[in-house]
Amino acid sequence: MTAKAVESGDLATVIGLEVHVQLETETKIFCGCSTDVEDDEPNTHTCPVCLGLPGALPVLNEGAVEAAVKIGKAIDADIPEETTFHRKNYYYPDLPKNFQITQYDAPICQDGELEFSVEGQRTSVGIRRAHLEEDPGSLQHKGGSIDTADYTLVDYNRAGTPLMEIVTRPDFRSPDEVRAFLAKLEEVLEYLGVFDATRDGSLRVDANLSIVDAEEVSGDGTIDASVLEDANRTEVKNISSHKGAEKALAYEETRQKNAISRGRAVEQETRHWDESKGITLSMRSKEEEKDYRYFREADLPPLRVSHWKDEIPIPELPDARRERFQSEYGLSDEAASKLTSTKQVADFYEDVAEQFDPDLAATWVADNLLGELNYRDMLLTDVADRFDEVTRLVELVAEEEITAKNARETVLRSMLDDELDPDTIVEQEGLGKTGEDEVAAAVTEAIEENPDAVEDFHAGEDGALNFLVGQVMQKTGGSADPGQVNQLLRDELT
Amino acid sequence: MSDSVVDPEEVRHVADLARVDLDDAAVERFTEQFADILAYFETLDEVPEIEREEELANVMRPDEAHECLSQEEALRNAAETEDGFFKGPRVS
Repeated sequence: MTAKAVESGDLATVIGLEVHVQLETETKIFCGCSTDVEDDEPNTHTCPVCLGLPGALPVLNEGAVEAAVKIGKAIDADIPEETTFHRKNYYYPDLPKNFQITQYDAPICQDGELEFSVEGQRTSVGIRRAHLEEDPGSLQHKGGSIDTADYTLVDYNRAGTPLMEIVTRPDFRSPDEVRAFLAKLEEVLEYLGVFDATRDGSLRVDANLSIVDAEEVSGDGTIDASVLEDANRTEVKNISSHKGAEKALAYEETRQKNAISRGRAVEQETRHWDESKGITLSMRSKEEEKDYRYFREADLPPLRVSHWKDEIPIPELPDARRERFQSEYGLSDEAASKLTSTKQVADFYEDVAEQFDPDLAATWVADNLLGELNYRDMLLTDVADRFDEVTRLVELVAEEEITAKNARETVLRSMLDDELDPDTIVEQEGLGKTGEDEVAAAVTEAIEENPDAVEDFHAGEDGALNFLVGQVMQKTGGSADPGQVNQLLRDELT
Repeated sequence: MSDSVVDPEEVRHVADLARVDLDDAAVERFTEQFADILAYFETLDEVPEIEREEELANVMRPDEAHECLSQEEALRNAAETEDGFFKGPRVS
């Protein structure tokens, strides 16, 4: 790094990720234990294979391989002719075998990429590789932190859950790019039906970050490999969400830039993200790669599944669906993006759009429903069992049974806050559009009761008509259509 | 067997990785034994190649759940347990 770059602070950030995602299969990757663990008692989803008992032999789960191939298709990766499994040897009680079965020099996916947008800008990040491996068990450090605990409790329910480790190229230039990428990755995985974002710990991220001279970044955003090789980087572990990734990397970026501006070297090390404190901490150095003594897992024959890429179909992915929503339903790019943000949102939108006007459906799903949910810190998933009620509400608006304003501000909010169904709320609040006779009667009444206003109207005062409209609206409890009232008043008065 | 094949530092490193605490006498003994073991592989190299069975590939099972061990069975070999968990020392 040049002294000039340090002095002027003309520095560029380089980030690469290793993303671990749990695959949504029925059973573990090497045994038939159910992965549907949730809040079950500890150590009730185990067998000789995932407990590492002597003589137990792993057998690969076809479902996990299918999921891996689907991911490979979605990120446009190569599925090599032959892929193999290795043992990664390390001694830690989260894996009772003292090794993890993973893939080493022949991963199932190679050289892919993922496109996403950051603040409206389309960009793409290279995926170096993605491989299958087994999740370790979970540890609890009792009586203190990891360093000060009195003892450790181990639960192997999670041990053997299929994981895909997705390794990107060092193509990220900022923490917000990382956040956008992770959101997009989750979205794609959910579309593929291979991932459940709501499962605790289903996504874990390790990130490498280094700082280079901004001049080293060429016009197309690439950086010479030797420059990256020379830059000291830190590996930040223990990141478990998009927001966490952005925060952890923003912290680490500032920490490294501060060190450089003070003339100190950044130490190449592994750091631990402490979510509660919002800082990264140096971890005692662990094994180097050679210490893992990788060797072929002789109990698992090689995999030759490159042809599965042509045989296994994958559903329409978010980008394609977004484009289709624009052409098929005439939606704006923004609305289409919002409506394809998750598969569930998109499916629900299409269901409503087929029954009513697509524009009305877009307003209701993208703006009203998602807006009110967001305000309450809820997700569409939280109301998945009430889609019928939301559809009924849209129907009430579409058939002009209630005004859009009442539907949005009273009925929808009450549905979410009081958990009532729309028809009950409309009845309780007396929101049903008033019959024509009643409106006509209210118009006549308003005119009779307010001779002054009538006089003002005839004298040409603009405000007078609005006043009378207000009177009618009040008499009808706000359920009359203001435009219609306006017209009726004009008809009566002229 | 020659001591030059394996040096005591390598034995200590491997012991560290395996979280095994060896005293000096044990290191000396293992240094010799490691060398012996490596020499056995040299002997194996002299075995003539035989025709292998056709190589297996794509051995997989359907994604269907089997019965798991009960918690009691899973913990049966554990030296110490607590509330259904395996219990062990601090592992920083």
